Amino acid sequence: MSVAVERSPFARIASDFAASRLALSGLAVLALILLAAIAAPLISPQNPYDLAQLDIMDSKIPPGGVSADGMRFWLGSDDQGRDMLSAIFYGLRISLGVGVLSTLAALAIGLVIGLTAAWFGGWVETVIMRLVDIQLSFPSILIALVLLAVLGQGVDKIVIALVAVQWAYYARTVRGAALVERNKEYVEAAQCLALPTRRILFHHVLPNCLPPLIVIATVQVAHAIALEATLSFLGLGMPITSPSLGLLIANGFTHLLSGKYWISFFPGLALLVTIVAINLVGDQLRDVLNPRLQK
Amino acid sequence: MIVFIIRRLLQSVVALLIMSVLIFVGVYAIGNPVDILINPQADQIEIARVTAALGLDQPLWVQYWEFLKHALSGNLGRSFAQNVPAMQLILERMPATVELALCAMVIAVALGIPLGLVAGMKPDSWYSKTIMAGSILGFSLPTFWVGLVLIMVFSVMLGWLPSTGRGQTTLLFGVPVSFLNWDGLTHLAMPALNLALFKLSLLIRLTRAGTREAMLQDYVKFARAKGLPMRRVVLVHVLKNIMIPIVTVIGLEFGSVIAFAIVTESIFAWPGMGKLLIDSINVLDRPVIVAYVLIIVFMFVLINLVVDLLYSALDPRVRLSEMTA
Repeated sequence: MSVAVERSPFARIASDFAASRLALSGLAVLALILLAAIAAPLISPQNPYDLAQLDIMDSKIPPGGVSADGMRFWLGSDDQGRDMLSAIFYGLRISLGVGVLSTLAALAIGLVIGLTAAWFGGWVETVIMRLVDIQLSFPSILIALVLLAVLGQGVDKIVIALVAVQWAYYARTVRGAALVERNKEYVEAAQCLALPTRRILFHHVLPNCLPPLIVIATVQVAHAIALEATLSFLGLGMPITSPSLGLLIANGFTHLLSGKYWISFFPGLALLVTIVAINLVGDQLRDVLNPRLQK
Repeated sequence: MIVFIIRRLLQSVVALLIMSVLIFVGVYAIGNPVDILINPQADQIEIARVTAALGLDQPLWVQYWEFLKHALSGNLGRSFAQNVPAMQLILERMPATVELALCAMVIAVALGIPLGLVAGMKPDSWYSKTIMAGSILGFSLPTFWVGLVLIMVFSVMLGWLPSTGRGQTTLLFGVPVSFLNWDGLTHLAMPALNLALFKLSLLIRLTRAGTREAMLQDYVKFARAKGLPMRRVVLVHVLKNIMIPIVTVIGLEFGSVIAFAIVTESIFAWPGMGKLLIDSINVLDRPVIVAYVLIIVFMFVLINLVVDLLYSALDPRVRLSEMTA
C-alpha cells in the first residue's frame, strides 16, 4: 500500500519507538538474548546435556571458579558439574521457544474465534464472549495447573495449557477491534464487491485489528515464559529432559538453603532480564501503536 | 437491581455447572482410578467388582449425576492418600491460606495506595519515576523467584527469618492464626511480602493513573482555589473519587491472590490449600484436586458477585439493571 505521505507507517513506528532510550535498550537486550538462545550450541563453553563433557568432580563450583582441568565456570556449576552459563543458554532456548510457540498458537486461535464472534454476532457471539468472560475471571495459573494435573507432564502438554490460558485475551481484543471496523465504509465497499466473507475478514478487517494484537502478543510472550517457569518450578511443567529456566531454578532450590545460591540465582536473573526486556518493548509498542497518543 | 442479582446468580450457577462438568470429565474420565486403587495382581473378577463398587461401570452422565448429588450435599469424595473427606482436608487448610492472602492484601493496599498517590501527584519527579520503575520490576519479577531471593537474603545470608512453615499459631475465635505472636509473625513476613509484591505494583499503577486523571478535574482546581491545603484535596477529594476502580480491583484480585498463594505456599512450605493442591497433584489424589477446584471456583463466583454489587453501591452512576455483565 503506497500512500503519498512523507514517511511510511513502518518508518514512523520505528522512529517513534526509538524515541525512548529505555525501550531501545530493552530491544537491544532482547536481541542479545534471542541471539544467545539461537546460537546456544555455538557459544556455550560446554554442551550441558552431553554426559561425556560433564565431570562430577566439577560439581557446585562457585561462580568464577576453575575446575581441575582448567575450565573456568563463570556462573558456577550445578550438582552434576554442569556449567551454569551453558545451561542458561540452553534453558533460554526452551523457555523462549515454548513462550513464542504457545503465544503464536493462542494468537491464531483467538483471532479466528474473535473475528467469528464480531462478524456473525447473535448467539454465536454471546456464547463465545460468555466463555471468554468466564475464563478470564479465573487466574491463568489456576487454569494451567488444573489442566496440567489432568493432562500430565510434557512439552506438548504445557504448550496446550499455555495456549488454553491465553486464547481468550486475543479473542476479546480482536472482537473489540473488529466490531469497530465492521461498520466502516471500506468493509461496506468490500461487501458491495461481493467478496467472500473469508476474504473480507482476513484481508480487510484483520490487518486493521493488528496493532492492539501486536502489543498484547508481545506482553503475553513474557507472561507465557513466566507462567511456564512457575509451572516447571512447581514440578508440573517441563519434563526433566527439557530443562527450561524454571526447571533450572527448581533444581537449584534445594541447594539454596546450604548457601549455594548461584544454581538458582543466575537462571532466575536470566528469566528476569528476559521478561523485563520484553515488557519494556511491549510498553513502548503500546504507546507507539496507540492512535490516540499520536501527535 | 433484583433482576440483575437474579440474573447474575443464574450465571454463577451456570459457570459452576460448566466447571464441574469440565473438571469431572477431565479428572475422572481420563485414566482409570481403579488402576491406582487396586492391587496390580488382582484378577478380572476383582477388577470388575471394584469398578462396580465405585460406580465406574455406569455411563458417564450417570456417574456425573451421582457426583453432582454428592457434591450438593457437601460430599466431594474421600482423599485416596489420607482417607478423610476431601472437603474436610481443604477446610482444615483454608485458614492458613486466607490469613496469608489477607496479610498480602493489607501490605499491598497500605503501601500501594500512598505510593501511587505520590507518584500521581508529581509524575515527573525523581521519586515518582523510581516508584514507577519499581512497579515495572514488580510486574516482571516471577513470584517464585522473588521468594527464592527473599529466602536467600533473609534466611540464608542474614539468618533473620525462618524459611519454611507457619510457626506457632494462636487461636482466634477457634481458628489458628499466625499473626498474633512473634514466632508466627516472623514466619508470616516473607510469604506475605512475596505474595503482596505483584498486587502492590498493580495498585501503584492503578492509583497513579487515577490520581493523574483526577488532578486535572475541575473539582480539584476549585478545591485549590478555595484555599484548601493540598493534603486535604488529595486525601479527601481525590482519594474518594479514585477509590471506585481501586476497590473493584482489590476485590477481584483477592481471588487471584488465593490462587497465586499456590506458588508462595510451595516455596515457603506454608501449610495452606495451595500446597495441598500441589501435593495432591503429585500423588494423583483426584478427589482432593476436584474438591479444591470446585471450592476455588465457588469462591471466585462469590467474589465476582460481591464486587459487582459493591461497585453499584459505591458508584450511584452505575445502574446495574443496564449492565450486561
